[in-house]
Amino acid sequence: MLEIRNLNVKLEEEDKVILRGVDLTVGAGEVHAIMGPNGSGKSTLSHVLAGKEGYEVTEGSATLDGADLLEMEPEERAAAGLFLAFQYPVEIPGVGNMTFLRTAVNAQRKARGQEELSAGDFLKEIRARAKQLKIDAEMLKRPVNVGFSGGEKKRNEILQMAMLEPKMCILDETDSGLDVDAMKLVAEGVNALRSPGRAFLVITHYQRLLNHIRPDVVHIMADGRIIKSGGAELALEVENNGYGSLLGEVA
Amino acid sequence: MVRPQENAAGADRLESLRLPEGGGEWIGAARRTALARLQAQGLPGRRDEYWRFTDPASLTAAEAPPAAVFVDPDDTRPFDSIERLRIVFRDGVFDPAASDDLAGDGIEISLLSDAAAADIHWAKDLYGVLEGRGQSPVPRPLAALNTALAREGVLIRVSGRVGRPVSLIYLHERETSDALLHHVIRLEPGAELTLLENGPAAARLNKVMEVEVADGARFHHVRTQGRDHERRAHTHIFARLGTESRFKSFTLTVNGVLTRNEAVIELAGEGASAHVAGAAVGDGRFHQDDTVFVTHAAPNCESRQVFKKVLRNGAVGVFQGKILVKEGAQKTDGYQISQSLMLDDDSQFFAKPELEIYADDVACSHGSTTGAIDPEALFYLRARGIARADAEDLLVLAFLSEAIEEIEAEEIAAELLSRLEAWLRRHRR
Ligand SMILES: Nc1ncnc2c1ncn2[C@@H]1O[C@H](COP(=O)(O)OP(=O)(O)O)[C@@H](O)[C@H]1O
Ligand SMILES: [Mg+2]
Repeated sequence: MLEIRNLNVKLEEEDKVILRGVDLTVGAGEVHAIMGPNGSGKSTLSHVLAGKEGYEVTEGSATLDGADLLEMEPEERAAAGLFLAFQYPVEIPGVGNMTFLRTAVNAQRKARGQEELSAGDFLKEIRARAKQLKIDAEMLKRPVNVGFSGGEKKRNEILQMAMLEPKMCILDETDSGLDVDAMKLVAEGVNALRSPGRAFLVITHYQRLLNHIRPDVVHIMADGRIIKSGGAELALEVENNGYGSLLGEVA
Repeated sequence: MVRPQENAAGADRLESLRLPEGGGEWIGAARRTALARLQAQGLPGRRDEYWRFTDPASLTAAEAPPAAVFVDPDDTRPFDSIERLRIVFRDGVFDPAASDDLAGDGIEISLLSDAAAADIHWAKDLYGVLEGRGQSPVPRPLAALNTALAREGVLIRVSGRVGRPVSLIYLHERETSDALLHHVIRLEPGAELTLLENGPAAARLNKVMEVEVADGARFHHVRTQGRDHERRAHTHIFARLGTESRFKSFTLTVNGVLTRNEAVIELAGEGASAHVAGAAVGDGRFHQDDTVFVTHAAPNCESRQVFKKVLRNGAVGVFQGKILVKEGAQKTDGYQISQSLMLDDDSQFFAKPELEIYADDVACSHGSTTGAIDPEALFYLRARGIARADAEDLLVLAFLSEAIEEIEAEEIAAELLSRLEAWLRRHRR
């Protein structure tokens, strides 16, 4: 599904290289985790895949089901089925959460040549999804992420993911700043969406989220590269020994 | 003010002014007093403190600069969907055939032209009186000129709760029309009125509205100014608010080479509340100026000024807003915000926020900002599949929302919002 080949990325404005040849293949139905120390380039990878400005791809490619992601506008990537749960969800005063979600859902449907969802159908669906994530009606009415707690923001990201039904979901540290209960809610939300046609790339700093979302493959990222890949047990190794020994192995 | 000796053309203009002839003694006296005020002040010039950001030359010139009449391809007008009592003016002249019957329960509407012919009229206690009170500390010579010369307008007295809004519709049909309109509105104690205004009015419009809101009365005002790109308008609202009264005024300005809206509001009775808000969107040759003066003269009053401007392609926005808290006006709650959203680097926003406070137990805040569309927010929306242009429009409307929320009636707010959306779609890059 997602194919990243030798991806090299620098900042557009400065001569700072962040990704140095990332290779990654995520197949349909799979869950991959990326772990790595702060500053290793995990968020940069997710931003470049989603189409954020400010980065320059100097080499390499990224495709979603064969389509060249790097040539697309961010909204085209979303319509193609890519979703990024932001590490830092953005607050947008003046735009109601519900309006935002409805606009997004219908924009994607339109881009895919589907009919727009009626107001009634949309409402029914969002109510059901929100309930699963313990998001109350009041939160849906408020402006996007404004005044939301850290946990509410992350649950709101998962709600958006559930409503948009993407095929490639990237979660950037969706677990950070969450207490155990909130993390369980998020993990349940993700697990409910697992299906043979959908893949996940879960970026996390800690192993604990992976107890709830079992990954098929774990990658360790350091200094802009994936330095090691393995099964779920690799996450435990990080948990027990830290990144130090892994980084040492490679150096 | 520009003294006659400094501005020969201005002096000639003042010399040449002739008051309307005939009419009742009450209006004659008001007009003569206003003319004397104007002659003492002189016409405004660039060097005057409150005209630094807006050039009054085209407003004070003897003749109105021509303005093409804009024909809207889809020809819908604001408030079309709202059930209302319609009063139509064409280039500043009342059109009885296009207007509804002016009689109604709890409301008394007359035309200034009729009332002026009468020997006596209830409006004599207000006509030129609130305008005159609003001339200090800041002179407003074009309002005095209006009181002296205006021949038309509506005089509305409300004694109950009027079910449907009164809607003043200003059509512009002649390229060189120069309209003067003067309205007087009195809400008796406990009365309630919604007043709507829309339309370009004339090539050049000078309008004064005097509003007395008696104790416990509520006045809602929503207007749109737009359509004709080359039109000019200078409007004044002078309001005096009684105890526990409510005043809300919202203006949407789109298009127009020059618009200056002045609001002069006096909170005279305890516990009164005044909200003045404006949303302006300008593209290209567009100069829009809000000049607001709110005086807290009684304790426990609340005032809010919320002004938002979206500017692009060289459009200019001006905000001059003052909160004056007089001695004894304790527990005043005053708020003022003026913000501009620049859609490119060519546009300009000038702000002159002022607070002047002579009471010690008050809460007043004011702020002014200028900014661009937040790239993080834009990316977030696009990453959810919303196309760039739609995402930008969404963020522009979000920026304006604090002002639009000042409109009390939901169906009116919704109508204006959909017109704004359409305007934004037409003006995409
Ligand atoms: N827009 C940016 N401007 C400056 N430095 C950046 C920017 N984006 C990322 N970086 C730098 O790139 C490196 C990788 O950052 P990031 O991708 O956020 O790492 P991670 O998510 O793994 O913590 C860090 O050194 C960070 O400071
Ligand atoms: Mg990160």
